[in-house]
Amino acid sequence: MYNGGKIILGLLVFLAFVTFPFWYNIGTADKIPKPVIESTYIKEHNIKKCVESKDYMRASHMELLDNWRNDAIRRGERVYVNSEGRRYLIDLQNTCLKCHSNKKEFCDRCHNYMAVKPYCWDCHLAPKETKS
Amino acid sequence: MSINRRQFIKLAGLSAVLSVGGITAMDRMKANASVLPSGARATASATGQIFGESKPPLTAKRWGMVVDLSKFETPEDYQKCIDACDYIHNIPDFGEKKDEVKWIWTDTYEHTFPDNNPDNKLNGEPVQFIPEALKEKPFLLLCNHCDNPPCTRVCPTKATWKRESDGIVMMDQHRCIGCRFCMAACPFGARSFNWRDPRPFIKNVNPEYPTRAIGVVEKCIFCVERLAQGLQPACVEKSNGGLIFGDLEDPNSEVRKILSTRFSIRRKPELGTQPSVYYLIGGIKNV
Amino acid sequence: MFEKALVGSKRYWTWIGVLLVIIGVGVVNYLHQFSYGLGLTGMSRDVSWGFYIAQFTFLVGVAASAVMLVIPYYLHHYKTFRRIVILGEFLAIASVVMCILFIFVDLGQPMRVMNVALHPRPNSVMFWDMVVLLGYLALNVVIGWTTLGAERKEVRPPAWVKPLILLSVPWAVSIHTVTAFLYAGLPARHLWLSAIMAARFLSGAFAAGPALLILLAFIVRRVSSFDAGREAIEAVAKIVAYAMSVNVFFILLEFFTAFYSGVPMHSASLRYLFFGLDGHYEFVPFMWVLAILAVVSLVLLVIPQLRNNHTLLPVALVAVFISTWIDKGVGLVVGGFIPNPFETITTYSPTAPELLITLGVYAAGALTLTVLYKIAIGVKEEVGT
Repeated sequence: MYNGGKIILGLLVFLAFVTFPFWYNIGTADKIPKPVIESTYIKEHNIKKCVESKDYMRASHMELLDNWRNDAIRRGERVYVNSEGRRYLIDLQNTCLKCHSNKKEFCDRCHNYMAVKPYCWDCHLAPKETKS
Repeated sequence: MSINRRQFIKLAGLSAVLSVGGITAMDRMKANASVLPSGARATASATGQIFGESKPPLTAKRWGMVVDLSKFETPEDYQKCIDACDYIHNIPDFGEKKDEVKWIWTDTYEHTFPDNNPDNKLNGEPVQFIPEALKEKPFLLLCNHCDNPPCTRVCPTKATWKRESDGIVMMDQHRCIGCRFCMAACPFGARSFNWRDPRPFIKNVNPEYPTRAIGVVEKCIFCVERLAQGLQPACVEKSNGGLIFGDLEDPNSEVRKILSTRFSIRRKPELGTQPSVYYLIGGIKNV
Repeated sequence: MFEKALVGSKRYWTWIGVLLVIIGVGVVNYLHQFSYGLGLTGMSRDVSWGFYIAQFTFLVGVAASAVMLVIPYYLHHYKTFRRIVILGEFLAIASVVMCILFIFVDLGQPMRVMNVALHPRPNSVMFWDMVVLLGYLALNVVIGWTTLGAERKEVRPPAWVKPLILLSVPWAVSIHTVTAFLYAGLPARHLWLSAIMAARFLSGAFAAGPALLILLAFIVRRVSSFDAGREAIEAVAKIVAYAMSVNVFFILLEFFTAFYSGVPMHSASLRYLFFGLDGHYEFVPFMWVLAILAVVSLVLLVIPQLRNNHTLLPVALVAVFISTWIDKGVGLVVGGFIPNPFETITTYSPTAPELLITLGVYAAGALTLTVLYKIAIGVKEEVGT
């Protein structure tokens, strides 16, 4: 073929680019993350339940927080009544993070594994880490 | 089957539009269906929530504030209010005027009401024919939470809006794109922008309130988070009666009672923005 | 037709290379600004819009000015503009591209720009600005590309282009009116709160845009065999003369209202800009340069013997361009913020990163313009028109 050398070289460079994520990360797969639910606060205050069930929160806490964000700020509705009728103040720092005071061992474990960088932390403050 | 280039491009374009449109439509429908577990909802009432007791929220049809400067005598009286707001809301202190962020601050009479006594000259020298003590007296300035706010009219994303429930001009820093149109529109210079990352410049971090990130506008929001817990705004609490906060539409509120007995002025009323912050005239010592 | 831009002389590729370097420098500085924040510019709490928005405001006018060629040629069949009209349309595209880039670099959270489309507020003029700008870009791209393509194939343009061309006329007026409304509807800034803001914008646009266009036509004549024609250039020069006269007249009208009425807040910004205020004279030299250049340009443009002298004409056009750039750019935008709402002076001057990013955006516009003009010239040379 005409310019066969250049074409084949170009194809090889393209293949290298396209498969980059795979061969670059060989051998660096992390273990499945195990977030530590038992923070100091949860242990001390013997909290048994989160705002919603563990399965729901694991799958949908992002959507819950997104709804909370709009409910509290845009609609001025700052009290959340969960599916069991319990009432919670809609407040990331003072409700969620009050119990889950161990961001590094809880939130970050799964987020880092999934390469998720929620920009919430640009503004919202995580509690000071204590040894749990 | 032979197909020429033009037909192919038309077909490809139509497929792309339909598929993107279809996916978007399905996403929107899914988003509108509630993702909350059944029975869950958000409300505005705050009784009996799990993390400690709190009083029922303060509500009003139209929040307003009366500033009684006779109660502010020493610089500390002003600083207490400013420090309370700065601490509670994690306001940064950059140490220079260019990037400064302030929600409540002091300034002179001449700068608070510049249209009242502009460019007055006596023998070529600028002069103000007002009592000496008033020339030096600091005034407290903050967002006026206007009833006809030009800033909310111009926001392209509804990141700032006037709450219908209580008239507070609110900020949603999740949505703000930092275009600063609201800053250009505010006649009172009440809004600040985060020209750089505020976090390193917050002296005492309040862990119960977020900071802001670079690139968003912020201003006084009449402490909506405290009102929701039944508390007065921080500056009002620390003002020792100098700042009176109440419902301008309730004829029996303290603010209405004061305004019906004392003469007051507002900043730049001729612009028609209908500010909700009133400054009482008179009663100031040595004036 | 795009392949026309991929072949060129050494001079062409050197120019493209220079532009890419300037764009690269702009990008690097923008990345720095993106991580540090807009505090890297000279803007402050009091002067919250600066160089970027000034360039945006000016360039919207240049973009709108294509209408000054479209109306005579397409609505009144003024055949003299046959060759120059595509230069005007492509200049409009490059200008709108620069406008969009200037807004983008000015945003505090540019990643959220889609919020304007996702959560629009129809009451906000800025929302409409985005709508009309994008619409105008789309219109000019479609019209320019289709008419040029038809010319290349030596057929008449398809019938559906005509309604689009007709639409582009009021649309061009609207983009600049909407941009003027950004300013003219704000009670806070007395320099802007003027009924003739939109009229002033349009007159300045119709002076600056065609002026730049003639200068570009001269350059194109130098570097290629494409000649827009002496008659066309002199007709556009007449348009510049009339528009600049109206523009200067409008500025004088503003002065009259401000100073004759004696209302301090109406004249405070003009006093700061032209005469200095409270010991601040930062803008005074620039504003008087703009005044002198405006007068010089009017003399050179109004007298026919001087206007048709093609050695003097570029001087007049550069004077028009610089004069309107100062007046509608930094003069208007920064001047609106000074004095601030507390009637004190907070000065503004752009920082080096700000200027480098601005240059980068201008280079991006120049690149767009170069590529589009190369295509247009290539097609016209190929067909022999």
